[in-house]
Amino acid sequence: MDNLLLMLAPLFSSKLLLVLFFGTLFGLILGVLPGLGPTTGGALILPFTMTLDPLSAIVLLTSIYCAGTYGGAITAVLINTPGTPAAAATCLDGYPLAQKGEAGRALGMATVSSTVGGIFSVAILVFFAPILAQLAYEFGQPEYFALAIFGLTMLASIGEGSPIKNLIAGAFGILISTVGKDFMTSIDRFTFGINELTEGIGFIPVVVGLFAMSEMLTQSTLINQVFNRIALKAIKLPSKDDYKKTWKTILRSSGIGSFIGVLPAEGGTVASLIGYSEAKRFSKNPEEFGKGSIEGIAGAEAANNAATGGAMVPTLALGIPGSATTAVILTGLIIHGVRPGPDLFREQPDFLYGIFGAMLIANILFFIFGFFGAKIFARITLVPNKILWPMIFAVSVCGTYSLNQSIIDVWIMLFFGVAGFFMRRYGFSVVPVIIGLILGELVEGTLRQSLVIFDGNWLMFLTRPIALTFFILSLIALAFPLIRSGKIKKKL
Amino acid sequence: MKNVQKSKRANRSLPFFFKDEFKVSFVIIFVSLILLVTTFTFDVVPPILNRGIQPATFPKALLILIIAMTLIIYYLATKNPWKIKKKLPKSFFLTLFSFILFVIVSKTLDFFLAISALSIFVSYYWGEKRLFYLLLVGIIFPIIVFVFFETILGLRFPPGIITNIYYS
Repeated sequence: MDNLLLMLAPLFSSKLLLVLFFGTLFGLILGVLPGLGPTTGGALILPFTMTLDPLSAIVLLTSIYCAGTYGGAITAVLINTPGTPAAAATCLDGYPLAQKGEAGRALGMATVSSTVGGIFSVAILVFFAPILAQLAYEFGQPEYFALAIFGLTMLASIGEGSPIKNLIAGAFGILISTVGKDFMTSIDRFTFGINELTEGIGFIPVVVGLFAMSEMLTQSTLINQVFNRIALKAIKLPSKDDYKKTWKTILRSSGIGSFIGVLPAEGGTVASLIGYSEAKRFSKNPEEFGKGSIEGIAGAEAANNAATGGAMVPTLALGIPGSATTAVILTGLIIHGVRPGPDLFREQPDFLYGIFGAMLIANILFFIFGFFGAKIFARITLVPNKILWPMIFAVSVCGTYSLNQSIIDVWIMLFFGVAGFFMRRYGFSVVPVIIGLILGELVEGTLRQSLVIFDGNWLMFLTRPIALTFFILSLIALAFPLIRSGKIKKKL
Repeated sequence: MKNVQKSKRANRSLPFFFKDEFKVSFVIIFVSLILLVTTFTFDVVPPILNRGIQPATFPKALLILIIAMTLIIYYLATKNPWKIKKKLPKSFFLTLFSFILFVIVSKTLDFFLAISALSIFVSYYWGEKRLFYLLLVGIIFPIIVFVFFETILGLRFPPGIITNIYYS
């Protein structure tokens, strides 16, 4: 009961309410703009959070996360381009419905299902995060190592694209984390005599490079592309009939989204695709899907927003991010001196429940903003790329420079921008690089400490039941794509 | 579907070293090998300081894993060739060039000037010819960003022609 009261704390603090208000607004704008999104936006705003106290900083980042995930739906429905990757499945039915002159109905359903999905996932977060944190007390170094490996294999297995390419990207991310002084022996690794590299490669230059700069290069290949924007008169709340048709889909997708969110994968992107396909599978009218099905919009949107709360579960309970944006939030926590994990739940419940409450309020706020302001937000898409992207470049460069006041960081950002562009061009997802980078130190550190405990005997890992379970799950995760492709071939 | 089949057929007819799958695999393996060789130059710690494994062991294992998985990708691609990608347009290379220009100008002349030059260059080549908008993205907006970062975060930008005038 006390904890639930702590969740309402943001409502009684004018400062937190203001942060929530601006975070939600900023998140919506980021979500609406194709190519940007909560991950890039969160990374860019991270330096500004240094001027805030830890709770306000994380509240800002989480509200951007929730609102940005929803904001992608506005662009998906009106211009058939997902504002965020998580809204890709929303395009499939949102745009056809908008073409039929029902853009308001499509956005109304997207707004309601996103809000329900988001609130459902906050409930999951409040319930499961403390349980997972309690379980984590049983974890030693070998268990954390096995868990991190499980996270990376899950990312490869259910993430977008080829599992092997995802594994390469994840390994590349871990490799980047080894640059600089070895944290155990202080030996220089991959520094090539450059002093600035002894501190390692920062998270922000890599994230901004892989997301914002690579997107700028992608946009440079699309400058002649013309978007057909569908006019929006006003958002309509779903009718009774629509609710009757979709309530089961919304609940199912909320459950799916929350579950997928908990697994370390691409969060909302994968959740919305699975939510959409399950909505189609259970629908009485599957033939309507792809032609403007209201269930399709509900399935995708409830799932991608439900993934936000789900992805926060392992981030807060274990310090293992469930998505690229939660990796940014995790960095924010670390920068502000907050170490996620079981101790956080015991020592700072007010801080944690403040975050939970803020996420809940952010979901309600984006419903209000979306409902009354979608028409205005839709106009943001009219800003031409030839003006928008040079501005984003200026903010990205200054934001990246500001964290360590290092020009090398800016060059690293540009390098990863080019690398990210070619990775995406040839089917390598950039999300595993981010997760690999943030898990790298954990993977190597726990491996080396485990080997000290085991006196160098690798087989001792198999004597630890929890670690063994995670290794078996990792093997299953790796085998899953093979089984899946085998089944598909059989069907064909 | 027909287009995909056509492009796959076209890809089969190319010599192997022109195919994307070869070029991508080659670059990954080449860079990984260079890094792998570099790991042999890492200092070796005495056994008393050695925590579990030598500092070079973990990166070595990762690089070998990357090389092995890249070989698997290449092998799979020989069975199922990748689609041929569209050629990159001139605007991409100009944007890439602007990144290089940014690095050179920020290193030799001025950080602000580099941002300004890139913004105008990119905006112009992406199709913006109106002077006001070029000034907006190239001068007005960077000034706002500079002042904002300086006052809010107390940031000090690296010295240069324009930055020195601003600070003096």
